[in-house]
This record gives sequence, C-alpha cells and structure tokens, in this order.
Amino acid sequence: MKLKVDRGFFAWLFIILSTLVLIFLQDHLKWLSTYPKELIIPFDHWLNLGMGFLITYFGWFFMGVSWLLEWPIDVVRFVLQSLPWSVVSFLICVFAFIAAGWRLALFALISCMYMVVIGYWSESMNTLSLVAISVPLAVLIGFGFGVWAFQSQAAKRIILPMLDIFQTVPAFAYLLLILMLFGFGTVVGLIASILYSFPPMARNVLVGLGRVPAEVIESGLMSGATNRQLFWQVRIPSTKRQLLLGVNQTTMASLSMVIIASIIGGTADIGWEVLSQIRKAQFGESLLAGLVIALMAILIDRATYGFAKNSSTYQPRSSMASWRYSLIAIAGAAIFFLLSSLIPALDIWPRELEINPARGMNEGLEYIIINYRAAIETIKTMAFFFIMLPAKIGLQGSVSPFTWGFELQTWHSFSYAIVLTGFSIWCGIRFNMQLGFMILLFAIFFFIGLTKMPWPAIMIIYTYIAWRLGGLTLAIGTFFGLCFLVVSGIWPEAMLSLYLCGIAVILSFLFGSGLGIWAAHNSTVSAILRPINDTLQTMPLFVILIPFVMIFKIGEFTALLAIIAYAIVPAIRYTEHGLRNLPEGVIEAAEMMGCSKQQLLWTVKIPLALPVMMLGLNQTIMYGIAMLVIAALVGTNGLEQIVYIGLSDGNFGLGLIAGIGLAIIAMTADRMTQAWSYKRQKDLDLQID
Amino acid sequence: MGNHDGGRDVKLSCRNVWKIYGDNSDSFFMDQDGKVDDLQEHVNKILQSDHIVANADVSFDVYAGEIFVIMGLSGSGKSTIVRCLSRLVEPTAGDIILDGENLLEKSADELIEIRRHKMGMVFQSFGLMPHLNVIDNIAFPLKLQGIEKAERYSQAERVIELVGLQGRESNFPNELSGGQQQRVGIARSLAVEPDIWLLDEPFSALDPLIRKRMQDEFLRIQSKLQKSIVFITHDFQEALRLADRMAIMRDGMIVQIGRPVDLILNPVDDYVREFTKDVSWESVLCASDVCQKTSGSLKGLGRVSADTQIDSLLGYLAKNKNGVAVEAEDGTVLGIATATGVLAALANGSSVPPAKVKVTK
Repeated sequence: MKLKVDRGFFAWLFIILSTLVLIFLQDHLKWLSTYPKELIIPFDHWLNLGMGFLITYFGWFFMGVSWLLEWPIDVVRFVLQSLPWSVVSFLICVFAFIAAGWRLALFALISCMYMVVIGYWSESMNTLSLVAISVPLAVLIGFGFGVWAFQSQAAKRIILPMLDIFQTVPAFAYLLLILMLFGFGTVVGLIASILYSFPPMARNVLVGLGRVPAEVIESGLMSGATNRQLFWQVRIPSTKRQLLLGVNQTTMASLSMVIIASIIGGTADIGWEVLSQIRKAQFGESLLAGLVIALMAILIDRATYGFAKNSSTYQPRSSMASWRYSLIAIAGAAIFFLLSSLIPALDIWPRELEINPARGMNEGLEYIIINYRAAIETIKTMAFFFIMLPAKIGLQGSVSPFTWGFELQTWHSFSYAIVLTGFSIWCGIRFNMQLGFMILLFAIFFFIGLTKMPWPAIMIIYTYIAWRLGGLTLAIGTFFGLCFLVVSGIWPEAMLSLYLCGIAVILSFLFGSGLGIWAAHNSTVSAILRPINDTLQTMPLFVILIPFVMIFKIGEFTALLAIIAYAIVPAIRYTEHGLRNLPEGVIEAAEMMGCSKQQLLWTVKIPLALPVMMLGLNQTIMYGIAMLVIAALVGTNGLEQIVYIGLSDGNFGLGLIAGIGLAIIAMTADRMTQAWSYKRQKDLDLQID
Repeated sequence: MGNHDGGRDVKLSCRNVWKIYGDNSDSFFMDQDGKVDDLQEHVNKILQSDHIVANADVSFDVYAGEIFVIMGLSGSGKSTIVRCLSRLVEPTAGDIILDGENLLEKSADELIEIRRHKMGMVFQSFGLMPHLNVIDNIAFPLKLQGIEKAERYSQAERVIELVGLQGRESNFPNELSGGQQQRVGIARSLAVEPDIWLLDEPFSALDPLIRKRMQDEFLRIQSKLQKSIVFITHDFQEALRLADRMAIMRDGMIVQIGRPVDLILNPVDDYVREFTKDVSWESVLCASDVCQKTSGSLKGLGRVSADTQIDSLLGYLAKNKNGVAVEAEDGTVLGIATATGVLAALANGSSVPPAKVKVTK
C-alpha cells in the first residue's frame, strides 16, 4: 500500500517538526517552558473581589433564601428522625414493591435492616431528608428549563452550555461560593445538589419532548387541541418515560452531590461519616458507612428506574390497585407505629444489639497489608517507575539507576528515537497515516514527559486535533480554552491533571474495550459484568475510593486505580453494546464470504462498532474527570487539588478558576470525541440511539 | 371527465396550492392566490434558489360523498398536500375552500373549531396516544372539547362498534396489532362525526392480507356514512379499488385527474401509462366504456346496466353476436357493446407487442 501524501500529511509533518523545534528551543527560551509569572492575569483576585461585593450588598437576599429553605429540610428531617425506624422501613419497602416488585422490596428490607443494625440509621435519614427536598426542586427547575429550551431556540442556545457548565465544573469549586452566600449549614448541600442535579432532568425533558412522533402531534392537532391541550395532554404524557428517566438521573445526581457536599461538615449525615472515618484512617468503619451509601444508591436507582420502565408498558389496570397500595401503606404504617410503642426495639434500635464488625475488618486488613506488603509495594513501584513517572516527566527524567537500574545514555535515546520512528512509519504505511503520526507524537511525549512539554507545542497539537475532528468552531473554542489555562497561570497543574487522567483513561479504555469484546462474545462474562457495572455506576464516587485507600494508602497510584475502577464502566458497556447491536445483514454477509472469527472481529465488527466505542471513550473521559476531582482527597497534584485547596482555604477565586480549568479540559475532550463519533457514524451510515 | 360528477356539490376545493420550503419561501409569490403564468418556469426559478418545492400549483375539487384518491410515489408531495388541506402544513400560496369558506383565512381559534367538528384524519403510523387505552384514544377529540366522560364514552362506543373493536376498550395501543391500531385511528377520526375525512396512507403500514381486509371495511364504512374523503396512497391497485376519482402526483404537481378508468383509457403521459399498463383491463372497464352509440334497432338485445364489469359479460357476448344494450341508471340506452368492441378496447390496452400475422391470399 502506498503512503498517501496529501494536505493532511504535511500538516502532521509540520506539527511534529514544530513540536521538536519547540522542545529544542525551550532550553534556551525560558518562556516556552514556563509561562512568565508577570503576565499571569489575576482572575482569581477579581473573582474574590466580585464575591466580596456580592456578599456585602446582596448577602441579605441569599441569607433570606437560605432561611426559607432551612424550614422544609428541618421538617422532613424531624419527621424521618422521630418516626420509628420500623415505620419508615415499611414505607420504603412498599414504595420499592410498587416501583419494581417484590425483589426490590426484599432488597429494601435488607438494606434498611443493615442501616439499623450497623447503627447508621439516623445518619442515613439525614441524608435521605436532604435528597427528599432537593429532588422535587431539581425536577421542577429542570422541567422548567427543559420546556423553555424546547420552545425557544434562543433560550436553547443559552441553556445547553449552561447545563454543560453545571455538570462539568466540579462541585468543590462552587461549594465555597454557596457556603459564602448562603451560610454554613445543610442548605449548602441542598443548593449544591440542586445545581448539580437539575441538568439531567432538563436534558431529558428537552430530548423527550423532541422525540414525540410527528404523527402523534399531528393527530393531537387534528383532534382540535389548543396549544395548552397539545402540551399537557399530548406531548407530556407521551414522553412520560423520558421524564421519569430524567427523574431517575436527577435523583442519583442529587444523592451523589449530597454526599460530596457533606465534606463541608456540620450535617451529621452518612457522607460526613464516611469522610471523617477515612480521615481517621479507620477503614473498617468507612467501608461500613460507605456500604450504606451504596445500598441507598442502588435502592433509589432501581426504584426510580422501575417507575420509568413501567411507564412504557401500559396495561389495563383498575384504579383500585393504587387505592389498595395506599391503603396497605397507611394501615401497615399505623400497625408498625402501634407496635413500636409496645416494643421499643422497633422504635429505636437498642445500642447493645448493634453489630459492629469494623474492628475485625481493620485487623483483617492489617493482616493482609503486613503479609502482602512486598507484593503491594512492588505493584506500586512498578507502576510508578515504568508508567506514571515517564508519562509525567518523560523517560529523559525518570530513567536513572535508582528507578530503571541504569543511566540514560545518548545511545539509548538514539535507539529509542530510531526504533519508534521506524515503527510509526511502518504503522503509517501499513494501516493509516494518522495512526503513524499519532504513535510518533506519543513517543515524543513519553520521552519528554507531559509536564516538561513546552506549552505552545501542546496548544498547537490539541487545537489541530480539535480542528480535524470538529471543524473550525471547535478549534477556536479549544484554542481560547487553552489560552485561559495559560494566562490564568494554572497550566502546570492542568498538565498534572491531564497526565493522571490521561493514563487512567487510556488504561480504562484498553482494559474496558477488551472486557467489552469478551462480554460481547460470551454471555456468561456479560452476565457477570453487568451487575458489577451497574453497582459501580450507581455508587457515589466517595465510596469507590475506600477499598483502594485501604490497601494502597494515599497517593497518586491510589487515585489512578480509583479513577480506572470508575471510568472503565462505560468503556465496557459501550463496547459490548456496539458489538452486540451491529446490523445483522453485514455480519451474515461477512460470514458467508468465509471470514474467520478473528477476521470478522477486526475487519468487520470493530470498525462498525467504532462510533459507539468512541461514545464509550467520551464517557470514559467524563467519568475519569469526575472521579479525578474526588480523588483529590487522596492526594493528587493537579487542578483538582487546587479546587480542593481553594475550598479548604476559603479562596473562592482560586478554586473556581481551577474548576473552570477542569471544565475546559472536560468539554473540549467531550466535543472532540463526540464529533469524531458522529463523523464516523455518518460515514458508515449508522444510526445510534 | 367532470360531467360524470356534474351537479354534485363541491365539498372541499384546493386551488393553485403551493408549498415551498426554504428561507425565503414567500418571496416567490406577489399575491397569495398562487396563480402563475408559466408553471414549469416558475418551479425552475424556485429550485435554482435552493428552495424545495413540495407542492406546485395543485388544484382539485372533492365532491360531497366521494372518495378522492391522491396517488403518488414517495416524495411526490402527496403527504404535504393532505397536510395543507388540514393546515397542519401552512401552504405558501393558493386557497383551500371548505364549504365555500377559505380555510387559510381562519384564525387559530376558528381552525381549532373546524378541526373539532368538520375534519377527521387518519395517519400512516396511526398517531395514537401511547398513554391512553382504546376508548380514551377514541374519545380524545371529544375530551378536548370538554365533553363529559359518560357522554363521550357513549359516543366513542358507537364508533367502536362501527370499526369492530368491541371488547378491546381497555387495551392500550401497544397491546394491539397494526390492523387493530389503525381501526382505533379510524374510529378516533370518526368520533367527532366529521364532514371531510382525510386518510394519509392509512393501510400502508399493514401487511397485504390485513390491508385488503381493511380496504373492504373502509368501503363498508363509507357506504354507510357517505363522507367526503381524501385518501392518500402510493399503491396504484389500492387507488383503483377505492377511488371514485383519483389524482396522480409527481414532483409536487398533479399529472392527471379522473376516474380510474379514464386514467387507464387515456393516460396523459408515459408516467401515468407506466402505472396503468399492468392493470388487467377486463376487470376495470365496464360496459359503458366499450359501448358504441348506435342508431339501429335495439330489438331483441339483452340489457345490462352501465357499470357492469366487462369480464362478467364475456360469456354472454361470446354467444350473442349482436351484443348487448347498455343502459344508464335512468333507463336510457347509452349504446351497444359487442364482442368486437370489447376486443378492440382490450387490444388498445395490451402491453404485448402484436404478433406477426401471415396474410395468405
């Protein structure tokens, strides 16, 4: 096959050469390696000033809102806390039964019993009361914005990016803002949770309303519907399923944010419990508390999802059924209420009956760590010396007698250059040009190290890729986003974030697609992976940290593992989904032509599934960045750490700038991978829902 | 061709209707009546400025009580024109006259009133409300009018009987077969007792056997109700079966309008001929199409009515050389149909090239 020389080839060549020149020059021109301090624009300072102004002159307003919101929280909390646990548990079980049948009801019973017996009932109810207030508010706000965006194109152009910002700027970055405006207390968690959880609702409303079949709308019109009738009696009911899916996602987001927001303390909820136990290095306790969150998340997810699922299969049902449920709920609650006044254990679980296996767990863990210390340490150092360090400061910085066992000689570097150049040329000719250049670029990165690359080089490369994938608009957006990172002085930290997240994403995607391919061809593997994925995906991010911190202590490696554990899920899911939903005709045709299994996979299935897999990569990146922010708790050095420091030091401006920086990275990566996927979809004439 | 329907009332009239899609679609018409001097030139002008012409100068009348079929292949603009008739799509130019009033001049509120009482529409993929069961779906238009539940259920029950869905009232659309779903669609469109009934490819989503049965049902319902109907289809056979009169559309324009037999006997161009050539003529032609005026005596001839299909006459004509007298509904004799006349008509429509006949002297 001949190497096709076209405009793209020269562009790539130009990129590679200019990168090399910039690398060479940065030893002589200092400003190429580090952006000069004097030119940094003090955005953070301005933000802090603006904040001060806002608090001085409008503080009374926010305090008023805060006071108003405090009331419903207090009421719900009071009710949940003062009702006997047996009554609340019974109602939760009935709710689970209506939503998804007796299996979930049983699960609900077990979960409630766990919370009671382990002794976290009161903390759980505090968390639940926040969720119970935040979800209806978030659903209402999300519904409003969704409908508005649906009805006005102008509004849509403003609302969609706003949703993006709320979902990508890490919550830690604006927790402080809320704290300063609304004052210390549970209201902070509530507002943060509303801000974070209304976007999924708004998106689902927008999507759902847009997807109502044209003929259903037309038949509504021909039935003589007025605009209002058309909206409330045709559009909304026929998009019920999508709306309920929105409620499901909003509820999950709300729960996860309530947990995260407990970092500011003072809430006595289950998130705070987990966090303080981690800080005290009491891992048994933190795991037990974490399990409460996990159970809660699964329960809420399955129940709300159950409602969404039921809504699409309409069945003849007498109105008696709903009456009967309410009757059972009320009667049962009353019975348990009476019983608990007779039997105190049904009201408040006695302390002496609580089971606390934390101590045993801690001892067991200690035993494992002591006995397998060598193995654990080896894994850690291997990963650190051979993968993480080179990616961070390059082979030139990381190869030393202490790490790799030898000094980096000139001939080493030369042979590295020659071998990899040869390999990339071979790949370029054998497969395609882009791949060759990508490998070459990657080789340069790995030698120099991401943090040691001159910032203009990275800007050029990133913007060029954005241009190739998403066109001019995306390239311009990306360029200005990167400029912001540079001039606000957070570039070095951004690179540290990129490095950690980048490794995690690449590893997640490689392992995840591997597992996905396996699962697509083996139903047993698929059946085993599904519940694991489900659980990981519904788990609030905090909880995922716990087992890794327990074994590997704090540090970047722990963060890396935690990110992979979370970000691998979409890679597995999308790969399997993509491979399992290929057009049947194509596969049959390929089989009839005599494709072997390997050929079928690599030449037919994977190319066809690639657009879906790219959407999986997109989600992997998003998940990775979301987890990166949480992983700041176990000690990382990137933007996420600045966000966290900003929060704990009360430096609002600094935290928000770093948060915006992370959002820029997330959004550009999101747009690029999506653009790439849609381009491939169009080329292949595939339809992905 | 019009004389067959002469004297009947025009129910709905579509005059010079245009539908142009694009940014400046209104700029092509000085006044709104849609009349242009040179149709093709005007269309070309619009196409050249990157606009899409969905309907160009479409005119036809629908008489009270007739089934008017619009037939065309996909992209011919037939679905757009039926939506223009109900103003689901706003025509760019032209007039839609319903009962002598211009529909395009009605306000939004008036339009809603008209749709509530005068129009019913059936859709290709049914357009049922997924969240309502059969009876609520059918009573939906009545509910929108604010009619009490008991009242609207009793009205709905009447049309449910008409379409044969008794016993299915509490089922939801997702529990019904395609044919049953379309029965719901038909019942719903009839629930308000509309004068004009629009059907947009109602049977195209159904499989052939069900389609045939639904066509029969449709004819049965129509023989009872005598609505004025606009029926859209892409299936020429279906059009033949159902139509009193039909229009063939191509590229947003009407190619020919007439009774099915007119189209078969006198296709205006090759496009229409392409559809008609595979039709077996003996099943389409009727006695009046093959009879010849005669001044001779009718004595001793048998008599048949004008709409007798000729394939049912073949046996009689084979035995009676003199043919048969064809009489109109009022008993006047239209002419005589003879075996030769029938053969000539059939030969006319044959698509087989004539065999070489050796002539020996």
